[in-house]
Amino acid sequence: MSHLAPLILVLPLLGFLLVVLNGKSLSDRGVGLIATGVVALSFVVTVITFVLLLHDRTREVTINLFTWISVDTLHVPAAILVDPLSITMSLFVTGISALIHLYSTAYMEGEKDFRKFFLYLNLFVFSMLTLVLANNLVLTFVGWEGVGVCSYWLVSFYFDRESAASAGKKAFVYNRVGDIGLLLAMFLLFVHTHTLTYLGIFSSTSLLSPAIATLVVLALLLAATGKSAQIPLFNWLPDAMEGPTPVSALIHAATMVTAGVYLLVRMSPVLALSSSGRMTIAVIGGVTAFVAATIATAQKDIKKVLAFSTVSQIGYMVLAVGVGAYGAAIFLMVSHAFFKALLFLGSGSVIHSLGGEQDMRKMGGLARWLPLTFPTFLVGWLSISGVPPFSGFWAKGDVLSNVFAHNKPLWALGVVTAILTAYYMSRLFMLTFRGSERFREVTHQHDPHESPLAMTAPLVILATLSLLGGLLDLPWAHGFSLTRFLSPTFGFVAPSAAQSTTLQTGLALVDVVAALIGLFAAFTIWRTNVESSTFERPFFEHVWRWDDAYDAVLARPLEHLAQVSNDVVENRIIDGAVEGLGGSVQRSGEGIRKLQAGLVRQYALAMVLGVTVIVVYLVGRVR
Amino acid sequence: MSVPASWYLVLAAVLFGIGAFGVLTRRSALIMFMCIELMLNAVNLTFVTFARTMSDIGGQTTVFFIMVVAAAEVTVGLGIVVAVFRRRASTSVDELSELQG
Amino acid sequence: MFATTYAVTDVLVFAGATLLIITGALGVIVMKNPVHSALSLILALLGVAVAFLAQNADFLAAVEIIVYAGAIVVLFLFVIMFLGVDKSQHPHVEPLVGQRWLAALGVLVTVAGVVALMANSHWVSGVMSSSTGGVALSPGAGNVTQLGDSVFTTYLLSFEATAGLLIIAVVGAVLLARRERPADADRDDDLIDGDHFDADDHIDGEGREGDEGSEGEWWNVKAPATEEVES
Repeated sequence: MSHLAPLILVLPLLGFLLVVLNGKSLSDRGVGLIATGVVALSFVVTVITFVLLLHDRTREVTINLFTWISVDTLHVPAAILVDPLSITMSLFVTGISALIHLYSTAYMEGEKDFRKFFLYLNLFVFSMLTLVLANNLVLTFVGWEGVGVCSYWLVSFYFDRESAASAGKKAFVYNRVGDIGLLLAMFLLFVHTHTLTYLGIFSSTSLLSPAIATLVVLALLLAATGKSAQIPLFNWLPDAMEGPTPVSALIHAATMVTAGVYLLVRMSPVLALSSSGRMTIAVIGGVTAFVAATIATAQKDIKKVLAFSTVSQIGYMVLAVGVGAYGAAIFLMVSHAFFKALLFLGSGSVIHSLGGEQDMRKMGGLARWLPLTFPTFLVGWLSISGVPPFSGFWAKGDVLSNVFAHNKPLWALGVVTAILTAYYMSRLFMLTFRGSERFREVTHQHDPHESPLAMTAPLVILATLSLLGGLLDLPWAHGFSLTRFLSPTFGFVAPSAAQSTTLQTGLALVDVVAALIGLFAAFTIWRTNVESSTFERPFFEHVWRWDDAYDAVLARPLEHLAQVSNDVVENRIIDGAVEGLGGSVQRSGEGIRKLQAGLVRQYALAMVLGVTVIVVYLVGRVR
Repeated sequence: MSVPASWYLVLAAVLFGIGAFGVLTRRSALIMFMCIELMLNAVNLTFVTFARTMSDIGGQTTVFFIMVVAAAEVTVGLGIVVAVFRRRASTSVDELSELQG
Repeated sequence: MFATTYAVTDVLVFAGATLLIITGALGVIVMKNPVHSALSLILALLGVAVAFLAQNADFLAAVEIIVYAGAIVVLFLFVIMFLGVDKSQHPHVEPLVGQRWLAALGVLVTVAGVVALMANSHWVSGVMSSSTGGVALSPGAGNVTQLGDSVFTTYLLSFEATAGLLIIAVVGAVLLARRERPADADRDDDLIDGDHFDADDHIDGEGREGDEGSEGEWWNVKAPATEEVES
């Protein structure tokens, strides 16, 4: 195994290098083949590594590649940590990446920058795997920044479009704010534990005082809010939908945005030290889930709905982390990766069939035109809405029952969010696939066409996974489940009171009822309506005026400060000082230049008189 | 016993003073050069005097080198005087004041 | 009084040397004609040579006469003859206000101060310099050997360096004093005369043409003929 695991990382990098170095001599088809092939191979290697890990007694393998930094007490190896958590992440990252690469070969066909797209995608997969597999925070940070910059490039992929360029910048800046949190956490941990490897930190958690641990947890939370688009830094993700749809599916739904949750779960032994920190995490997650869900009810753009839905679902994961249900968080992360990638790719297929139209008001009645997209999308919709037996039901139920055990108000918020989730997803589904055909104007009266096999095959696979994903962690199968597999990785969490089967069944019933309420409400409202000012509140459509608030609180005061700095500090003080100094030097020079008569004899006289002064001084001193 | 060193040193100081006064008051570059030679000789005289007083040959060696350097200096200096004279038709240093402020 | 302390001959030699030096030096600075100044310089240098001899520096005395009085002063005379005597410079006219008085004051005070310092100082330390390795200066002409030893052993590197210095000085002097023909001018202009033009251009802010117009090319300036020299 120690020989295989680095291949998981190296293969996408190899693909990246191959395309970078030979890009000009390869056809688009060749580029797509290489890029998809290396990621698929990487997935195969991951599966083999996973099987080998199952037979490893310690289930914790560190593979040292080389010494990266060694300065004084700071030793950072470039090493890979293969344990249940990282291998689970790697499995679904490589798997979904392979599917989305395949999808992209058809979706991006004929694009001008086809090669560049796959270049970025491969680099992204490499960075993501670095983030996941690193055995220390510094290497994770490298991957963290790597996925950030790939996200920036891919969001601004159509950089000749003003909105795409600024959306990329927005994503980058929001992520920067979060990165500060990760850096702060690293600094704090290094100062107090003198190590940055995960296992080193976990074995010396006793060195962290509760106050320091809380600070670390809050810093990590800041990092997670940036990368995983949580309040207060969630606002970049909807704008990131400017990127191509496969990018939205891969980076901004399935993998990168879950990195924040992964980081929190990875650092769970530190989280265990601070109950107030965990409480903050839970509240942030719950509130984000609710806020994003309300916003999603009022969006007109199909991808924006899915984007806010992603924010909302990640909010659930963060909530689960906050209450210590790390297994549930990862379970939801994996199943979310399945159904959200499915939904994004399905919406991509819809957009593709309509020649790029994303406004749901101009869709409708597509069910009969897209015979493969429609049923797969149906699976995704039911899954995210929490209808049994789809994976979303089991994952969300797992999260909510854990929240119920720890915090009743947050559980109530979670259930309301579940109703909203079912509602807005059904609205999306109704507007897109049912109702009258409103797309004729967009397609110039042509019939929409189903997408090619390379695009529908991933849809079918993902639909199957969404359908069966619940098997990973059925509530009654305690012997062999994802949570049990992962549990050695997690830090100590105060055990919750064992829930009786009756309670669990009751909670599951509540979930089902919530989902049905949402579905029913959406059916009644959106069967006939296309637009409704009653149910699409402008306040929600404009994201709770969040950007306006940032504008008013941060941007405008800063602009004002910059203006004042320019007018007063720059022009008066700095320029004044510089010009005053220059002017005084010039004026004194004007005066002193008269001494410089160019007459050698005067200069010589000055020298002689100087010597005279020195001699007189010496005589006076000797006397 | 020969005359004391201080007599020669006073003589050298006076010679140096005369040379310095000449440099400061004469305008001809040629005369200034001669005055500089006077000053150099004054210094040479002190070196030789100290060499005798201190029984140290180093003083004389220094004078030897000073003479060599003085010879080189005069050669180049007079070359410059000639070159300047060709351009200015004058050896007065007061007229060479282009570098005034 | 000192006759009882010091040998009469030594005092007489000192007095003679002093007479020669002071007379010669004053002659250099007061003579109106540069040729007379140069001749006075020889007088002063002869005085210095006498002083050297009186202080056991036989070799240096010889060099003083041969190199200084012989070669250098002759070079001075040569240049004076070559350039002609500039009668516009009267030594009794001083264009710079206060220059003469300040110079006199400064020089007098400095010399007086140095003498005063000497009167209060102790010179003989008794410590031998490392150059002679603690060997005392031998009297009479014997120290010529010591000087030779010193120059060719301890100061050998410096001696070799002076050889280079002299070569450079000779080349420099030839280059500076060489009279250019117009045909050669553009080739050597940069080397010799270009700097002068450049300096004028930048400092006066005038163009090169104006400069040439007012002063002409230097090779057109006639050097004063040698017959103008008063000898």
